[in-house]
Amino acid sequence: MSILINRNSRVMTQGITGKTGQFHTRMCREYANGGECFVAGVNPRKPGENFEGIPIFGTVKEAKETTGANVSVIYVPPPFAAAAIDEAVEAELDLVICITEGIPVRDMIRTRYKMQGKKTRLIGPNCPGIITPDEIKIGIMPGYIHKKGRIGVVSRSGTLTYEAVAQLMEQGLGQSTCIGIGGDPVNGLKHRDVIQLFNDDDETDAVLMVGEIGGTDEEDCARWVKEHMQKPVVGFIAGVTAPPGKRMGHAGAIISGGKGTAQEKLAVMEECGIKVTRNPAEMGKLLKSTLA
Amino acid sequence: MKIHEYQAKKILQQFGVATPRGIACFSADEAMKAAQELGGDTWVVKAQIYAGGRGKGGGVKVARSLDEVRELAGKMLGMRLVTHQTGSEGQIVHRLFIEEGVNIANEYYVGMVVDRGSQRVCLMASAEGGMDIEQVAAESPEKIHKIYIDPIVGLTNNEALDAAAKMGIPEAGRDEARALLVGLYRAFDEKDASLAEINPLTLTADNHVLALDAKMNFDDSALFRHPEIVALRDLDEEDPIEVEASEHDLSYIPLDGNIGCLVNGAGLAMATMDIIKLYGGNPANFLDVGGGATADKVTEAFKLMLRNPKLEAILVNIFGGIMRCDVIAEGVVQAAREVHLTVPLVVRLEGTNVQLGKKILADSGLQIIPAENMAEAAQKVVIAARAPEN
Repeated sequence: MSILINRNSRVMTQGITGKTGQFHTRMCREYANGGECFVAGVNPRKPGENFEGIPIFGTVKEAKETTGANVSVIYVPPPFAAAAIDEAVEAELDLVICITEGIPVRDMIRTRYKMQGKKTRLIGPNCPGIITPDEIKIGIMPGYIHKKGRIGVVSRSGTLTYEAVAQLMEQGLGQSTCIGIGGDPVNGLKHRDVIQLFNDDDETDAVLMVGEIGGTDEEDCARWVKEHMQKPVVGFIAGVTAPPGKRMGHAGAIISGGKGTAQEKLAVMEECGIKVTRNPAEMGKLLKSTLA
Repeated sequence: MKIHEYQAKKILQQFGVATPRGIACFSADEAMKAAQELGGDTWVVKAQIYAGGRGKGGGVKVARSLDEVRELAGKMLGMRLVTHQTGSEGQIVHRLFIEEGVNIANEYYVGMVVDRGSQRVCLMASAEGGMDIEQVAAESPEKIHKIYIDPIVGLTNNEALDAAAKMGIPEAGRDEARALLVGLYRAFDEKDASLAEINPLTLTADNHVLALDAKMNFDDSALFRHPEIVALRDLDEEDPIEVEASEHDLSYIPLDGNIGCLVNGAGLAMATMDIIKLYGGNPANFLDVGGGATADKVTEAFKLMLRNPKLEAILVNIFGGIMRCDVIAEGVVQAAREVHLTVPLVVRLEGTNVQLGKKILADSGLQIIPAENMAEAAQKVVIAARAPEN
């Protein structure tokens, strides 16, 4: 199986005509089954045109009805990205992956409000995307560093996720699915949501979770793991040395009011039975050690 | 982005939030004129810096005569104000705010933040005004009344009245408190704030409700639609190095250590700082060159790091995804040549075009210490930073 996406997913790109949208649509198309999976683009000003053979539609709804696409990936610039998510949610897609970085929080609060009770799941914004190795990649991660396998990866970061994947590969461990959930304070799927999906996935044996300072998502996830998780989970939290009150690159990576420290997260994760390492070079080894 | 108290009050007034009357000024003479214009016989001279805790640091003083206003203003301007939020080096005072004195009967706390869990704006109200709210939250969280505001409806009059009652504001002041809270939320929402705080909110002896202090931070991602907020930016309050870094689209935060780090991606950058510490070293900075680094951007990043007199070594840790290792390697070589590198440089490259990147470094003739992985890179840079100067 894998989670959320596989070779049967049909994907549209919102913002396919921009530089980033073009580049990454091309890369995703070249990866594994991407040629069959990426079936549509959306640009309200360019319906009827095409991008390297991929038909462009004026609306998400039209793209869905014509091509059967059930997933969307968004590269729309920040001022318009939340509206792009809204459109995909209204069209009742299964999954939306928003890569765009720098969406105003106020816009995301409204978008998340409108998503209540809707079927669409959201990954991101401000994330690298999702990959089911050797089947399909939707996002900006380098595809070639991954290999199909049985480890799930969920992370708030981009390059730190690639680092984690590379360490797994060094241990000979492929991945079922890898998800970057993004670094924004108001976003879609959280660590806990993704871990639940991995728990239910027959093709995932263990999960590597990579977190960072700010918020309490990792703690919430850890508490769920303690109660329900049937598979080993190992974790790393970036930012033990981050000073409080400073935003560390990501909008959500900030220790505020003494909350959201890496130490606090690591402590809760350990209490909940998650094996943690404080050494970011040992994520792969630690995961390997949990497999019989 | 942060702004000063007097600027926040001006914004809040536009939304019906009542405040004492006040005038911002930049000299002792201006301060005295401001007091004269305000009238009355008591004034408060308030240092305008972004950091909180100004009162305890000596940045808020009461004056009972115009001469005293001038004297206090003269002392305060140019002083290095140290509070628990400024760090030990403090912040130099360049601006003052002169306010009319207020007859305080009671003080309360009101704050608004974006709550990640509920994905809404959260209003926090408490009877514990003037206190450090973080301490109240830690010691007696039940004293903080919270409302998670519906983004479509906004803060309702009933919710605001309820909050006022739970804060312990007496009947006679509640309608003014309601108006203040509703206005505060509207200001928060319409101006894309990330934090708003009124601490203390004051009940006067004659039952008026005033924002005695005000703090507002704004969502950097939304500044594109608020030129009026951007215009308030005070560069005196910001670390010049961070400002310069942001001009080059680099995310740079200076730290206390001696090992500079140049990394792509915020998560990996934090992890790199962490591993340096783990192997016994001390990171000198957080530096994320981002996804689209060019040779020029890498050069600028090196220049920023090298301005730190404490710097003893540099670690470059790159995981090339979309960004190619050969581009980074060229940037490193160009930078090292241009800035006359005087400290040891450890480079770890991984990912797209890594072999080409390594070859560029090896062929450059530069004294670069290569590392195969993060652990080796951290160990090597910690040793390099300790080595005696030659």
